[in-house]
Amino acid sequence: MSKTMTGAEMVVQALQDQGVTHLFGYPGGAVLPIYDALFHQTKIQHVLVRHEQGAAHAAEGYARSSGKVGCLLVTSGPGATNAVTGLTDALMDSIPVVCITGQVPTHLIGSDAFQECDTVGITRHCTKHNYLVRKIEDLPRILHEAFYIARSGRPGPVVIDIPKDVQFASGTYQPPKNIQHKTYHPQLKGDLGKIKHALAMMAKAKKPVFYTGGGVINAGPAASTLLRELVAQTGFPITSTLMGLGAYPATGKNWLGMLGMHGSYEANNAMHDCDLMIAVGARFDDRITGRLDAFAPYSKKIHIDIDPSSINKNVAVDLAIVGDCAHVLEDMVRLWRSESLSADKKALADWWSQIDRWRARKSFGYRKSDRTIKPQYAVERLYELTKGRKTLITTEVGQHQMWAAQHFHFEEPNRWMTSGGLGTMGYGLPAAIGAQLANRDALVVDIAGEASILMNIQELSTAKQYRCPVKIFILNNEYMGMVRQWQELLHGGRYSSSYSEALPDFVKLAEAYGLKGMRCSNPADLDAAIQEMIDSPEGVVFDCIVDKSENCLPMIPSGKAHNEMILPDTDEDIGNVIDDKGKMLV
Amino acid sequence: MNAQTPAALSPYSSSAGKASRTETHTLSVLVDNEPGVLARVVGLFSGRGYNIESLTVAEVAHAQALSRITIVTTGAPETIEQISHQLERIVPIHKVTDLSLLDGFLQRELAMIKVRGKGEARTEALRLGEAFRARVIDATTESFIFELTGAPKKIDDFVELMRPIGLVEVARTGVAAITRGPQGM
Repeated sequence: MSKTMTGAEMVVQALQDQGVTHLFGYPGGAVLPIYDALFHQTKIQHVLVRHEQGAAHAAEGYARSSGKVGCLLVTSGPGATNAVTGLTDALMDSIPVVCITGQVPTHLIGSDAFQECDTVGITRHCTKHNYLVRKIEDLPRILHEAFYIARSGRPGPVVIDIPKDVQFASGTYQPPKNIQHKTYHPQLKGDLGKIKHALAMMAKAKKPVFYTGGGVINAGPAASTLLRELVAQTGFPITSTLMGLGAYPATGKNWLGMLGMHGSYEANNAMHDCDLMIAVGARFDDRITGRLDAFAPYSKKIHIDIDPSSINKNVAVDLAIVGDCAHVLEDMVRLWRSESLSADKKALADWWSQIDRWRARKSFGYRKSDRTIKPQYAVERLYELTKGRKTLITTEVGQHQMWAAQHFHFEEPNRWMTSGGLGTMGYGLPAAIGAQLANRDALVVDIAGEASILMNIQELSTAKQYRCPVKIFILNNEYMGMVRQWQELLHGGRYSSSYSEALPDFVKLAEAYGLKGMRCSNPADLDAAIQEMIDSPEGVVFDCIVDKSENCLPMIPSGKAHNEMILPDTDEDIGNVIDDKGKMLV
Repeated sequence: MNAQTPAALSPYSSSAGKASRTETHTLSVLVDNEPGVLARVVGLFSGRGYNIESLTVAEVAHAQALSRITIVTTGAPETIEQISHQLERIVPIHKVTDLSLLDGFLQRELAMIKVRGKGEARTEALRLGEAFRARVIDATTESFIFELTGAPKKIDDFVELMRPIGLVEVARTGVAAITRGPQGM
């Protein structure tokens, strides 16, 4: 039903028609007409953040935990530039986000007007696509197209920059139809011939491994279900990237744990020694592969991905299947059954016994202490005490993030939100707010570090305003822990600027924001304190004082191969393990 | 499929920095003629560190607002494959064709070459211009401007011949390219 309305009203109408329930934003001169249109409706809840970066991460948290497109609204100039980090984060991690930015009126564009910036120019490199709307006639189409592009194919952020005169202009609104985009048609179905070829390779494999990533999560819950079925059918071991955790349950018997730089010994060794790697929705990131010329040297590689540019980008593969993970996995599960294929059971039994020997190293182990809280122990207890609930975990970036990935175990997709590709400190709190708003029934915990949390601490105010009972679980070691660890390993223990000096009192800080503050430094008190945090109906900032010098292990030193991991019990001086070339790689 | 293709160069590849088989390819890219589309293409090349040897762009179908960009790029074959895929991700791009992978294609470039000289040098320039089928489009008593169309190599050769005679400056359009035979891209 086409209807005459203003540009600002079209924005709100289009968001409603696209099923947006929450809009994260911050008003300003160039978006006032849209804010006025929001004032007259109740379908969309506007969530006022305290900084536009928070809006972008909150939209990401919302998107990742719900599978829907996250949406934010910011003003021109600083509003747009503040959102850039969040947009880049969404691009790197393939998160569907639509960001509406205000712009100065069209006749002022290019005049260095107040709060003007070249938003489409600045965001061209950090969005999947962006638009500057010059005419009201284009606005309805662009609004709907933006949602289509954000969620289709490999998802990503889309910016719509709308000058203020276009917001005031009136025109004819068209509701969304089945968009027949003139150029953008991602391939969903995989080539059946190639899928059959892949299955034949799988049936012959003696040391196979599934290597799965965030693409499986992005393909929707059906993809995770199908993946589990395929793993059960084949009996193959499975590992996943940081982004893919939860697609296969951590309690599943074929689970090897996360792989990569801080992945498990069994996962990395299985990757190194495998004769067939089946990569599903993963992109061979440098944190995963380690030294490229020693990456899985004995393997044939199958790569399933919706983005053709991911294939052969870092690692050449033997068989590439372009398609949506869910579609391809569906065909694989169906054909494996209908063609009565079966794995080489004898070889697989040998492979598993090798894997069990690696497993026996217990690479996520650490020295327990009854005097200080070990950060790993804190995550472990948090996991044990939240088991059986619908728990969503977000993180900031650093050691705590890796400990969370290692020691918190995920059974379902969309329960784990972390900044993988960009590694954005300050992601976790706003993302937790977004996730909580999309999942009112869930327990949402941001596992944080004391340095990261300060990057977007202002969002505690947002949590308070919208009654989001998010729990900020700070592993406080008074250091930018990962920086400190690298300085210990590579720079002779010269801790240049990595000590968190002049920290605020987090308990008082929480109280200042009207939230509950807690502190715990004694391992014996930890369980009761965590339980109190969980049971609290309010938002909680939990200052968990942990061992200051704990390193995050195991670790593949940069520039090394998967089978050259440093294990927790390795006595070797780690500083000597990384050569000069490795130091360059960070 | 690509079992023989080595990993593309990345900073993490041990072969990074080493010379690899470098090829020159000509890509034809059909795009929507809309604001910013050229910036997207050029930004992709600069952002990902790819080479541009030559780039030309002009509208080729006004009614459909389609432009054609011709890019000459150099790199290892796997890098060029990656460039094509990265270009395909840009939303307003309709089609990317690596002409160098096809049976045959033609490329032409137009150049304007200003040469200065008197007496013998002047006649020599004119003689060579005729041999190359260059047209004189401007003349003074001490200079010529030649217009020359041809494959880039031909223009390079002509410019080199003019250098000792009195080459002043050269303006070149960059390469336009099209496949041979009856099929479109």
